[in-house]
Order: sequence, then C-alpha cells, then structure tokens
Amino acid sequence: MVEGANDNVTLLDVRNLKMYFPIRKGFLRREVGYVRAVDGLNFSINFGETLSLVGESGCGKTTTGRCIVRAYEPTDGQILYRRTDDVVVDLAQLQGVALKPYRREIRMIFQDPYSSLNPRMNVLDIVGEPLRVNEKMSGQELEDCVASLLRQVGLRPEFMRRYPHAFSGGERQRIGIARCLALNPRLVVCDEAVSALDVSVRAQILNLLQDLQQQFHLTYLFIAHDLSVVQYVSDRVAVMYVGQLVEMADTDELYGNPRHPYTEALLSAVPKPDPRLRAEHIELPGEVADPAKPPSGCYFHPRCRYAEDRCSQEMPQLHDTGGGHLVACHRAEELSLHGIV
Amino acid sequence: MASDDELLLEINGLKTYFFLDQGIVKAVDGVDLTLKRGRTIGIVGESGCGKSITARSIIQIVDAPGRIVAGSIRYRRYDTRPDGSGTIVELDLAKLSPMGRQIRSIRGKEISMIFQEPMTSFSALYTIGNQIMENIVLHQKTTLREARQRTIELLRQVGISHPEQRVDEYPHQFSGGMRQRAMIAMAIACNPSLLIADEPTTALDVTTQAQILNLLRGMQKRLGMAIMLITHDLGVIAEMADDVAVMYLGRVVETADVDSIFHDPKHPYTQALLRSIPTVGRRARQRLDSIEGMVPDPFTRPSGCYFHPRCRFFMPGVCDEVTPASVLLSPGRTVSCHLYDGAARNG
Repeated sequence: MVEGANDNVTLLDVRNLKMYFPIRKGFLRREVGYVRAVDGLNFSINFGETLSLVGESGCGKTTTGRCIVRAYEPTDGQILYRRTDDVVVDLAQLQGVALKPYRREIRMIFQDPYSSLNPRMNVLDIVGEPLRVNEKMSGQELEDCVASLLRQVGLRPEFMRRYPHAFSGGERQRIGIARCLALNPRLVVCDEAVSALDVSVRAQILNLLQDLQQQFHLTYLFIAHDLSVVQYVSDRVAVMYVGQLVEMADTDELYGNPRHPYTEALLSAVPKPDPRLRAEHIELPGEVADPAKPPSGCYFHPRCRYAEDRCSQEMPQLHDTGGGHLVACHRAEELSLHGIV
Repeated sequence: MASDDELLLEINGLKTYFFLDQGIVKAVDGVDLTLKRGRTIGIVGESGCGKSITARSIIQIVDAPGRIVAGSIRYRRYDTRPDGSGTIVELDLAKLSPMGRQIRSIRGKEISMIFQEPMTSFSALYTIGNQIMENIVLHQKTTLREARQRTIELLRQVGISHPEQRVDEYPHQFSGGMRQRAMIAMAIACNPSLLIADEPTTALDVTTQAQILNLLRGMQKRLGMAIMLITHDLGVIAEMADDVAVMYLGRVVETADVDSIFHDPKHPYTQALLRSIPTVGRRARQRLDSIEGMVPDPFTRPSGCYFHPRCRFFMPGVCDEVTPASVLLSPGRTVSCHLYDGAARNG
C-alpha cells in the first residue's frame, strides 16, 4: 500500500464485465456459439493497491486484463475508471480516439520478455516510442528521458543503442517495465510479468515492481497463476474460475481462511519448498470446464468434493461473508476449509 | 556409501561442449553425479546451468554442435541370462556412439525421458497410440495386437479415461495435462530402470502439476524405477526428491539429501536461491532477498569459482583464481566452495 495515498478511493470499478468470443463454423462462418471467456465479472481496485487475479489457464484472467486496457472490446458491462480530476468514465463505451488519453494512464507489462519486444528496434526506440508518439519528444530530450527511465529500472543507459537480443530475460523484462513507465501511468496491468523468469531474477523484478509502486504511486492489477508470488505482492486476491469470480478477499484472509473449495484446492496444490511439509494434496479430478459449454449450476461442481444436489442446479451468487470476504459458493457458511498459515 | 547393488549410474567429470562460430559453450563442465536404484534425484538450477544437457548426455541425444568431450557415465545394467540368474554389467554410456545399436537398445527402454513441452514432444501426424506402440514394438518381441492392448493398458494406468477410444486420437485432441500423462505412459512402456523427467510440470497449472507429480510417485512405487527430476522449482524438489544436486553454470555446486538442502544448505548459491523464493505462508508484502547480478553469458565464464561475482562470501585472491574442488563433507554430501576447503581435512 502506498503511504499517504488517498486510500479507499476506487480507481477502477468493473461491473458485470462480459467478453464472449464467437465460435464460427462452416462455409458461411456462421456463429454457432460463444466462448464465454469472461462472464459477469465484478470487482474494484482502490488507488495505490495491488489486486491479483489468479486461476488456472483458461479461466479468463488475461482476457480481463486485456479488456481493461481496451485491447478487446467487451461484449457487455462497465469499466468505470476515475480520472485524475475525479470524473468517472466508462471505458467500455469509448471508441478509438476517445480512448487515447486513457491509453497512457493504463499500461500493461507482458508475460514473455522475448516476444513482447520488437527485435528490429533498439532500446531507445522501444522505450522512447510512447514518448515520441504521445509527448512529441525527440532528439536529446528523448534520449535524456529514456536514460533516466532505464536508470530507474536498473539498466545502464549506455546500452540504449543495443537491440533486445543482447539482453537476458530479466533485463528484457526491465526494458518492458521502462516502456510501461514512460508515460507516468496510474494503473499497470501486469500479465504474468514474472512467470517466464528464473528464480533469482524473479525476486529482483518483484522487488523492482514494489519499489516503483512506492515511488510513482502505481496501482497494480497483477495477473498470475503462481500463488506464492501472488501472496508476496498483493493486498487483495481475486480467484477466477471459468470466467467468473469465485472468491475475493484480503491476501492474508484468503490464504489463511479460504471459503471456496476451489481456492482451498489451489492453495493445497502449491508445492511447498520444505521437505518436512510434505503432505497429501487435494487432487482436483478432471480439468477446467469448457467456457463454451459450462456445466449447469455452479461451474465448479463436477470437480468439487463438497458438491451436493443444489450445486448442480443453482448458480451460487457472490456474497459477502463478513469483512469484505466475497465468496460464490452455496456452502460457504457451513464448510470449514483449510488454508495455509 | 552406497553398496554396489544400489548404484545405478555414476557420472564422473562429464563435459559436454557446444562448438559454435562465436566460441565454445561449456554447457556441462565437469559434472559428478551418483544415481541410486529406485530413488529420486532432483537437479535444480537456473536456466542455462546445464541441467538439461546433463540429462541429454546420459542417453546421447545432445543436438548437433554439441558433443561429450570428456568424462564417463557408468551405467550398471542387469544382464539376465536365459536361466534367470542375473549379473550386473557396467557400461560407459559416454563412450557409445550416439547412433549405435547399444545406446538405441537402452534409450527409451532402460532409460527413458519425459520432456518439458507436452505440446511439442509428440508428433502431430501420428495418433497417440501409434507413438506409444512404436516404443513397445521396437524394444519388445510382441505382435502389433499385443502392443496395442498394452498401450491401452498403459493409458489406463496413467489415468486417461476411455483409453480404448483415446488410443486412436491425435495429440491435438489431448489437453496439456493429458499429453503429459500420455508421455509418461510412453516412458514407462518398457519398465525403465531410470526415468529422466526434464521439467515435467513447468508448462502446467498447479492443480495439473499436483496430479502429474502424484502419478509419477505412484508409478515409481509400482515399478521401482529411479527418477532424475530436473526442475527450477524448489517446491517441486522438496515435494519429490530423495537426493538433490544443485547446478550452476555447468557444474554441480552441492549435493545432499533433500532435508539438508532445505534446512542446512552449505553452498552460498544454494543459500541465496532458497532466500530468493517467495514461499506461501510467509507474511505478505515482504521484500525478497534477491541474488545480485545475473547468470553470466555462456561464452565468457568467470575465472575460478563461477559464482564468485554474485557471491556474498567472495574472498579476493582465492575465489576468483582457484576453481574449488568438490569437498566430501559426509557420505552423500558434497559441496564445491572454498569456504569448506578446511572442513574435509578436519572431519
């Protein structure tokens, strides 16, 4: 949490966000169905906090991130964003040029440092491009600005004429972060920003992200599948399953006291780096449901070991079980689940 | 020390170099390892430390500009005579020709391998069943019909539902976790004595990872094979391994049993690695202790101890000049670091 920031001011409020991708078949490419990648998502991010989205692959985390940076046009729902002048705008409704001012305030850090940098551009071009386009900077001014950005992310400015191939994975990720910082963003979507990195480098990048958050009062939406990393960076965690939110709570609360069986299973599956803690994992049978043909009732019921009849018929609603701990499970109140202390 | 019966594979001074236009990459630079029957050895290290190349050297599938330039890989195989009695025959795999008949009779049969990418390690043009059957037909005297029955049985053992139908499907019809299961079925088809698993779960979700690790453990219990588990994930190592070898830049810097690695690490690199991982259960939002600098580029290795530029116990005049020898601290416990040079003499 950023010290002295105006806490509890909502920066981004996502309401009933839906993103459907059509499935087309046949010669006429008729729409025969939809992949419901994100299906009615509600959450909000406060100014200066880090909210993490976790879940297995195919649960819609990345799609959510891309909707927020408006790389996709959401099918339905609202993305309410509070501007610096306290006016709230709905990004989901804006088109084209109208979105341009927000493109500099909401930026993204990508997963793969190898494919997210253009191999034909040198570091000066890559980091300087947003400045050239948005601030009309050029020449010495641009170089100075890029140099200071590189210094902030721990790279040596002398290397700005080099091309991406000359850098290691961790250094490339730093270049991506410098590019993201170039326009003083307010909200940064980190899409699996450290998943492709080695253990020792990952720790460096995580520390860097924390430092930058303090320094520039950034708000992070951190998308990740690694629960140990998520616990380390986030203030609050939201767990997704097949395009929907199943649980959301403060980090310590969620890890120590999960209320949804899916969260419990996810936490249990994380291998702990201590051979003395070897324990039986909860093994989830089967695989993530197909978002084009989700099961009836609660999407998780075919894999849930606490499922009862009701679960296969009614879809549970996300409700507050106290202290801002939101759960979508029929049996949230009666189950006592195990977290990690 | 291990008795001769237990010993399965002994690697001594293995060096595998890649000869490129820009210079020589010493991917594996003097590795010593001991594998015992029925046990799981975990190989940990960051990318580029030579863990995969060590594994590939064992079954001689190092790609073109690379080759084994020195060292021995002594593999002790059971040679069963027709009357049923068995003797142990020792064979140096490093000396065998990569294309020769002898290594081909071992590769995929006695020593098999699971690869990281379940997406790319199957051929897209043949059915899953076909690819598993190929292994059976190649190494065992069976008819095609028997091989197919055996394949279906294997798929059932690794937990694939409806194996009678699945056997005729193509890899793209399988999900990532299922492909890794099929890969395991292929690897255990001939009851190997050693299974090399190269990052078997890196591309999978945590829940699928837990399934696959469970499966590997179950298969080991049933078949009694040794597993060489290569991973960068210390959590997976803690969960699975009996013994651990930590590698850095083509050398083994520390070997120990799994409990000692995590609770009494000796080498500064192992200590630093353990400090730099965020662990579930630690208080949220702490600062991580990271290792300074990065893995040096492969063409210009530091002098002396490869880890000295990043080491917090760096001793000028020693670490940057003398290559540390492997010090035996106790049986099964070695460390290559100048901090322990005196320890062996005292103990």
